[in-house]
Amino acid sequence: MDKNMQTLVAYVENKPGVLNRVSSLARRLAINIDSLTVGPTENEEIARMTIVAHTDERGAHRLEASLEKLVDVLLAENISTRALLERDLALIKVSADQQNRPHLMELIKVFRARVVDVAPESLIIEVSGAVDKIDGLLEVLRPFGVLEMARTGRISMTRGGDLLQPPASESASSELESTSSNV
Amino acid sequence: MKLTGAEILCESLTRLGVREIFGYPGGAILPVYDALGKSKLHHVLVRHEQGATHMADGYARASGGIGVAMATSGPGATNMVTGIATAMLDSSPVVCITGQVSSKVLGSDAFQEIDITGITMPITKHNVVVTKAEDVARTLREAFLIANSGRPGPVLVDITKDAQQASAEFNWEASAPKLPPKRRRNNHDQAEFDRAVEMLNTAKRPIILAGHGIMVSGAMRAFEQFVRAGNYPVAMTLLGIGCFPANNPLNLGMMGMHGEAWVNNAIQEADLLIAVGMRFDDRVTGDLRTYAKSARKIHIEIDRAEINKNVKVDAALVGDAREVLERLMPHIQTCDHGEWIRHVAELKGDSAVRDIQSLPDNGHLYAAHVINDIWKETRGEAIVVTDVGQHQMWEAQYYHHNRPRTLITSGGLGTMGFALPAAIGAKFAKPDSEVWVVVGDGGFQMTMSELATIVQEKINIKIAIINNGFLGMVRQWQEFFYDKRYVATPLVAPDFAALANAFGIRGERITKRAEVVPTIRSARESAETVLIDFRVEQEDSVYPMVAAGASLSDMIRRPNSPLVETATEP
Repeated sequence: MDKNMQTLVAYVENKPGVLNRVSSLARRLAINIDSLTVGPTENEEIARMTIVAHTDERGAHRLEASLEKLVDVLLAENISTRALLERDLALIKVSADQQNRPHLMELIKVFRARVVDVAPESLIIEVSGAVDKIDGLLEVLRPFGVLEMARTGRISMTRGGDLLQPPASESASSELESTSSNV
Repeated sequence: MKLTGAEILCESLTRLGVREIFGYPGGAILPVYDALGKSKLHHVLVRHEQGATHMADGYARASGGIGVAMATSGPGATNMVTGIATAMLDSSPVVCITGQVSSKVLGSDAFQEIDITGITMPITKHNVVVTKAEDVARTLREAFLIANSGRPGPVLVDITKDAQQASAEFNWEASAPKLPPKRRRNNHDQAEFDRAVEMLNTAKRPIILAGHGIMVSGAMRAFEQFVRAGNYPVAMTLLGIGCFPANNPLNLGMMGMHGEAWVNNAIQEADLLIAVGMRFDDRVTGDLRTYAKSARKIHIEIDRAEINKNVKVDAALVGDAREVLERLMPHIQTCDHGEWIRHVAELKGDSAVRDIQSLPDNGHLYAAHVINDIWKETRGEAIVVTDVGQHQMWEAQYYHHNRPRTLITSGGLGTMGFALPAAIGAKFAKPDSEVWVVVGDGGFQMTMSELATIVQEKINIKIAIINNGFLGMVRQWQEFFYDKRYVATPLVAPDFAALANAFGIRGERITKRAEVVPTIRSARESAETVLIDFRVEQEDSVYPMVAAGASLSDMIRRPNSPLVETATEP
C-alpha cells in the first residue's frame, strides 16, 4: 500500500454545502485529494464519503481530526491500514472497427468488464474493481484508441465484522455539551 | 405566540443571556434593528464592523462568555472578516449575526449581496444561512452551543431579510438545539495515560508549557495543584499569561520568540515538556528541528487535530485540561526537583542586570518603563488589552498578571487595530474593572475611530499609546535582518492628545520619564476615558529575540551597552 495515499471514510449530513466544507478543509490543510466520492446511505439524511488523499499518516490524522471538528461531519476515520474492499467504476469509450472488435471482446472478457453500448465505430466498456484492475484494462485499451473515459473514484469498505457505522442520533451533540446553561 | 424572525432573534438573544450587542445597521438587517429598539438589549454602535467583532471578542475574552457582533449584508459582513479570523485563531467564542438579502434574490448579485458564509467558511468554527423565521431561535441556540463548547470559536449566522420579516410561532422549548449526532470518541487511552504518568514521575528536568486552554477550561485551580505536586517550573505562552500567577516563584514567564533567555534555555535543556492547552505555535518553538531535543513530550489538549501537528509527542492526553489534570493528580508523586529548579534559576544569569528596568535613568523614555509603571500603579490588577507589535511583547514582559483573563491580546492572527475596540468590549464585560489599552502608534491609527464609540457609550478606559514614530516591530526586523533599511516603517501620526480632545476625550502627551507616574495617577483618578501619548525611544528593540525560523537556543540578547538614544524632541 502506498504510504502517501491515505483512505478516509466520513459520514456527513446530506445537505447543501457540506461537500464544500470538506473539500475546502483539505485545501486549507494543503492536502491534495486524489478522489472523493459521496452518496447517500440507507438513511437518506446521512451521506457517506470516501476520500483518497495524497498525504502521509500524519496528514491523514490531521485531516481526520479536523473533519470531525466540522459540525456537519458525524464521523471521519482513516481506514488505510485496515483490511479493505475497494471499488472504482469506469466507463471507457474506445474506438472499435470490424477488424479489431473480436480482439477487444477477448480483452474485455479477461478483465471481466462489460460492453454496455455498441456503435459502428466505438464501444462503451463498463468495468468495476480495484483501481489496479481498471488501470490495467486502460493500459491494454490504449492502443485501440480511448475516446472518452469517466471514473467514479474509489469507494471503500472495511471487510467482515469491522463495522463503520454512523453514530445513532440518541448520542446527539455529545461532543457539544454546553458550558452555558442558557442554551 | 407569533413573532417576526427579527423579534424571535432579539427574544432568543435575551434568553441566551446576552446584554450587549456590538454592531452597525444597514438595509438587510433593518428589521432586526427595529426589533432591537423594542427589546431590552443594549446596542453599542461601532464606527466600523471590524470594531464590532473585536469588541465582541474582547467581551468574550474578559468574561469567558459569548460576545455578539452584528452587521448588515455585503460590506458590513466583509468588514467583519478580520475580527472573525482573530477570534478563530485565538479560540474566542464570538457569535456574528449578519443580515442577508431576501432569499428570493439570493445568488442574483442583489445590492449589498455577498456570500459571507462562503467567505468565512475557513475562519469560523461553523456558519449557517437562515432563510426561515421558524429556524431563527433554534439556529441561534445552536450557534451559542457551538461557539463556547469544546475548543471555542466564532460562529456566523447569516439571516435573510425575508426570514427577519416573516412571522413564525415562537416556542423556546421546541427550538432546542438539534445538531447532527456526533461519534463520541473514547479519548482516554489507558496505556497512553500510564505512559504519561511514568514520564511525569521519572523526569529529572521537567517543565510545563502553559497555554490558553487552561483559562478556557477553567482549570486554574487544578493546574496550580498539579504544579505544586510536582514542583514543576512553568513557562507561559502569550495567551496563557494570567492562567498561573506571575508572582508564583515557579512561574518563569513567557517563552518563545520574545521570551526571556532563561525560559527558552530551560526548555532546551529539559528532559520532559508537559504542554497544557497550547499548540506549539512557531512563535513558541522556533526551529522545530532543534526544539527541545532531549525532552520527552506530553501534550494535554482538547483538540485532536493539534496532536503531533508541529511537534511529535510521546504521550497525548486528549481532553479538557481540567479533567485531564484532575485525572492525573492522584498519580503524581510529590517531588521537589530541587536541583533542576536551582539550575533554572542559575540560567537567569545576568539577565536581571541587563534588564532595562535596572539601567540608570538617562533622561530618555523607554516603552518598558511606561508599561512597568502602569503595572506598578495598577498593582497588576487592571485588565490590559494590547495591540500587536513591540508594545505587546513589552507588555508581556513587564506587566505581571496574577489573574486569568486580565491580558487580552491578539496572539494567533496578530491583528493590528485589535486593542482599542477589544478594550471597549472588555469594559462592557467587566464594568467594575480598570481597563487599560496598550497600543502602538501604528495599530491605534487603524481603529482609532472607535474613540467616538467610547464617547457615545460614556465608558471609562485608559489608553496608553506607545508612540515611537515607527511601525516598531517591523522596523526592528529591518534593523536586524534588512540592514536598517527602514522601508515604509517611519510613521507620521496626528497629535494624539489633540485628536482625543477633538473626540471630547482628555489627552496628554508625555516625553519625560518623571512625568509618567503622575500622569498615570491622574488618569486613574479620572472617571472618564483618558488618552496618554507616550513619546518613547524611537529605535528601541524588544530583547531577547529568536529570529523567525531560528533555534530557540540562538537568542539575540539585550546589548550590554546603553540603549540607543534617539529620543524625539518634544
